[in-house]
Amino acid sequence: MSTNGHPTNGAQPVETQKAAWRLKVGLAEMLKGGVIMDVVTPEHAKIAERAGAVAVMALERVPADIRTQGGVARMSDPNLIKAIQDAVTIPVMAKCRIGHFVEAEILEALEVDYIDESEVLTPADPWHHVNKHAFKVPFVCGARNLGEALRRIGEGAAMIRTKGEAGTGDVIEAVRHMRSIVSEMKRVQSAREDELMALAKEFAAPYDLVCEVHKTGRLPVPNFSAGGIATPADAALMMKLGAEAVFVGSGIFKSGDPERRAEAIVEATAHFEDATVLARVSGGLGEPMVGINVSSLAEEDQLAVRGW
Amino acid sequence: MPRVVGVLSLQGDFQLHCDAIAACGAEPRQVRMPEDLAGCEGLILPGGESTTLGILLRRHGLDQAIAERCRDGMPAWGTCMGMILMAQRVEGRDQFTLSLLDITIRRNAFGPQVHSFEQEIPVKGFVSPFPAVFIRAPIVTECGPEVESLAEVEGKVVAVRQGRLLGTAFHPELTADRRVHEYFLSLFGG
Repeated sequence: MSTNGHPTNGAQPVETQKAAWRLKVGLAEMLKGGVIMDVVTPEHAKIAERAGAVAVMALERVPADIRTQGGVARMSDPNLIKAIQDAVTIPVMAKCRIGHFVEAEILEALEVDYIDESEVLTPADPWHHVNKHAFKVPFVCGARNLGEALRRIGEGAAMIRTKGEAGTGDVIEAVRHMRSIVSEMKRVQSAREDELMALAKEFAAPYDLVCEVHKTGRLPVPNFSAGGIATPADAALMMKLGAEAVFVGSGIFKSGDPERRAEAIVEATAHFEDATVLARVSGGLGEPMVGINVSSLAEEDQLAVRGW
Repeated sequence: MPRVVGVLSLQGDFQLHCDAIAACGAEPRQVRMPEDLAGCEGLILPGGESTTLGILLRRHGLDQAIAERCRDGMPAWGTCMGMILMAQRVEGRDQFTLSLLDITIRRNAFGPQVHSFEQEIPVKGFVSPFPAVFIRAPIVTECGPEVESLAEVEGKVVAVRQGRLLGTAFHPELTADRRVHEYFLSLFGG
């Protein structure tokens, strides 16, 4: 038995493991084509739901505020999470610090629908991420490249998102990470079978997962995008580059008209291939979040380098 | 000519339904705008979020186009969110639906994600149980006189049929068992 009372992965019969995995990945499947929005109050959560969010991320501070205020960023107050759960019928996600499996156990006890083991919070463990197989609640984790994505999936993540650079409103890092993941998957897919172990070594990724990508040409779990998405066009860009859904953090509630921007990003994500729709929804949204150029950030201010 | 089956593709696990339909030898067609419905002989409404879809369906008039085709006899099948969207009534909420099936829905009837489950259940007309995957699933709490219950879990109705309309609270598209997809195709008739 693991510390949180769930049987460890190896102790379960294969069929039970397969069913548990199907439920975790299944919820991510239901979120595809949708927008997951960061919210800090029950009122924000209701605005997000009314605007068409497929889920909300319950937080005490959006990443842009974590950036300016500094200090250690931790899991949100359980009372705030509960108030947000009571306010909406859509799934509620919450973040734990990288490696902080006790925060994760608390979030599971609160029955949040998904846990984001997130680099936006201050990491709690310099070496290890959470063993996500030990939990019944599914996890999403950030990744900058294929190796990082497969390591997180190896630990039990049922959804991957690009890290991007949260709280900047600058989409360049999300683009960099999505393009890296997609081009590395193409490389694995087109490799000869006898080259896969060397690729697993190069990417520092589990061999069996590299073999799976070789067969299917895609990640074994849904691949979403996050980190710097601020406009309907940003959301559609990420979808065109291969994202299956988007997370929008500071981009909505740090903008001039959150409700209209939220609705516009929802519609842009659903109709990402229809430029006529994108042109219509992009108009008259008021001020976007001010934003920070990622290229002007000192390395110690970058969140994406947290975790490995 | 293979049958052309529309799959509502604005949000949710529509790609899995497209793959399942193709595996059954029919031709899936993604439906995002009212004009995409032309040429579709039936429609699948996938799993996803019903509040999100309620908004997206209305923005381009796809809600009216679907309701009109179904009133003219087009077969339709909703899984989980899809069944919620097809219901005439949703408990405790004034929620937009297409109002096609004469049923009342209770959303998230089993609770949040940690209570999602998979169970082999008997389905009317199937010789062996079906692996039913319930994810934040709804149940049917009331059925009108023309609605037939096809499956139950702990006495709760989780699959219904009304003429050529089908609703399931679970997700056959998440498994490799194609019997519900084949059953849906059998409703198309000559």
